[in-house]
Amino acid sequence: MIAALLGPRLVAIIVKEFWAVLRDPRARLSLIMPPLIQLLVFGYASTMEVKHVTLGVLDRDGGYWSHEIIQRLAGSPNVQRIVRLDSDADLVRAIDSQQVIAALRFDARFSADVSAGRGGVVGAAYDGRKVNAAQIVGGYVDRIVGDVSDTIAVAQPPAPGNSSVTYWFNPNLDYLWFTIPSLVVVISLVSATSVVSQSVAREKELGTFDQLMVSPFRVWEILVGKMVPPVTIGVANATLFLVINPLVFGVPFHGALLLFYPALILFLLSMTGIGMLISVIAQTQQQAFLGMFALTVPVTLLSGYAAPIANMPPFLQVIAQANPAKHFFIVSEGLFLKGMPAADVFANTWPMVVIATVTIGAASALFRSRLE
Amino acid sequence: MTDVFRPRRFAAMLVKESLQIARDPSTFLIAFALPMLLLFLFGYGINLDTARSRIGLVITDHSEAAHSLAGSYQTSKWFDVVTTGAVSQLSGDLVGGRISGIVVIPDGFGRQVAQGGGTIQVLTDGAAPNTANFIAAYAEGVRATWAAARAGDRGTAKPPPIQTDPRYWFDPELKSRYNLVPGSIAVVMTMVGTLLTALVIAREWERGTMEAIMATPLGMAEFIATKVVPYFLLGLGSMTLCAVLAVTVFGVPFRGSPLALVVIASVFLFPALGQGLLISALTKNQFVASQVALLSAFLPTLLLSGFLFEISSMPVPIQAITYLVPSRYLIPQLQTVFIAGDDWGLFVPDMAVLLGFGVVFFVLTVRATRRRIA
Repeated sequence: MIAALLGPRLVAIIVKEFWAVLRDPRARLSLIMPPLIQLLVFGYASTMEVKHVTLGVLDRDGGYWSHEIIQRLAGSPNVQRIVRLDSDADLVRAIDSQQVIAALRFDARFSADVSAGRGGVVGAAYDGRKVNAAQIVGGYVDRIVGDVSDTIAVAQPPAPGNSSVTYWFNPNLDYLWFTIPSLVVVISLVSATSVVSQSVAREKELGTFDQLMVSPFRVWEILVGKMVPPVTIGVANATLFLVINPLVFGVPFHGALLLFYPALILFLLSMTGIGMLISVIAQTQQQAFLGMFALTVPVTLLSGYAAPIANMPPFLQVIAQANPAKHFFIVSEGLFLKGMPAADVFANTWPMVVIATVTIGAASALFRSRLE
Repeated sequence: MTDVFRPRRFAAMLVKESLQIARDPSTFLIAFALPMLLLFLFGYGINLDTARSRIGLVITDHSEAAHSLAGSYQTSKWFDVVTTGAVSQLSGDLVGGRISGIVVIPDGFGRQVAQGGGTIQVLTDGAAPNTANFIAAYAEGVRATWAAARAGDRGTAKPPPIQTDPRYWFDPELKSRYNLVPGSIAVVMTMVGTLLTALVIAREWERGTMEAIMATPLGMAEFIATKVVPYFLLGLGSMTLCAVLAVTVFGVPFRGSPLALVVIASVFLFPALGQGLLISALTKNQFVASQVALLSAFLPTLLLSGFLFEISSMPVPIQAITYLVPSRYLIPQLQTVFIAGDDWGLFVPDMAVLLGFGVVFFVLTVRATRRRIA
């Protein structure tokens, strides 16, 4: 029925293009296995949380209060091990060699100072080579030291007031809930662009491009034929993720699939448009691959997955507007976690329509000009 | 095949291979243009440092205290504040991602403050966990500072009995760029060493020019050396470019010695090139080689090496995998040589592991090549 709708020529070229992609069994495997491995390994690996840390302690005091703080640190779920250090030189060595990420130092008079009400100071040295993780560990240390400090301060009135924090859409602030919706974006984009960027370049390298040119196909038919397989493969990979997610990761999907799929297809169309452009320009498969690589790395890094767009300098934020992944990233996070309503989905979808129109238009214009 | 080493023949092959690389425009793309792009993205684009965030502020209390606290949020350098009367007006903005958190100063706040309390509510967008944490911490920070200042006015503030005195060694200004830019040099060297090598040599297999060379009297070791040496020099070239840019453009300190950096890079290129050769010898197909190189070298360097994500935080099975990622042993060396200085006690064990990887890759490559030819 679909065949009748498309006409025999279009069906023929779509079938031909699917064969070109799926013929080689290893290539076939490389379309399915890498995305799966990426989902499983990188889904769990990419966490900004800092857990299982090893802390160093140089306790010159040995008194009650240093003991109390060390005990609480050892009991913290984020701390795996406490390493006892014997001297300042030891402390320097432990941090330099990255045996510990942070080291606490208690002076000989620490407990005496605290008990006498003179105030005690805990020296804390952090490995600035891992400055982000170190700051998070610094937060843990400050919290525990603050707790101990508060137990002493009961006699005094506590600092008044507090704030009660609620994390919407992700009540336990599970990092995986952020990673999985972003991996759907990244992996469907990588699988689609790696297929489309090879499509024309391979024909050029093998010399079949000229044969295609002299065939009765029209330019738009050739282009449609070349774009259907990558979009289909991208959709298939995303669907695989949607199926695996509840079984393995359990990240909720609150939105409507009816909104997800149109946005996904538009996203993949805009990416295949760019990929096609690369493939038409490239003379060899190798150039096409490198072009694809040079494209997907910034597209991924500027999508909001690696770092929030809002943290970037203004000119990069402007460039990010032209990045389809940036828009689909918002839709994917929104539909998974927030049950994003249609109006918000549309607001982030129309830029992808514009990008797709421009890139596919440019690819077909260039394709036509190569024809002559 | 004869194994007699002839310097002239070796030199001639080396020239041939070098010319072949120099004449390929994609070499320059991957060895010089892409590294600059990556460095630029990691230097400017990937900013993990805290920045200004847009939040909504809901005030349902009309006391002097509530307005005074609201003023603290509006003038805070951490927040751009949208003020409104009700949470319902802002929750749609939170769903749409237009704001990343809401601070609520509820009814009766002024009365609580007068009684020595005062609780505010902070709602953050948990879909972006880092930003959510940041907003929760800084929203409370603004409130605590405000409360302390008010208490100070009335003379009830007292320093806590125990304080910490934190020192961030090597990077006291807490710039994440200082570890991201040196770390991205590992990504660049993986690109040149493994990705480019795998791709180019897979093409030679695909086109059959590899067999043609194999049919010459060139010895196996000589043959592999002529393939590897030009890429080795190319890798050192792009590393040097990155290091110079890191210091001059991105202002990353360089506290180690150039010699140490060159030794570190050279030792890493050994397994990186070995991996590239092995992938090409096993796949002999450009598309498959590119996918395998991406999956086994590029992505692990980005995600499993400790460059972006702390290895100790990963689940144990994945931590086990990271031991098989050569760049895991490179990242600490790079970060140390740049911002801490030469520390051979840290470098040497990592280098030993990298050399071990290199030997394994090269032995496997020689075996794979022999078998395929026979």
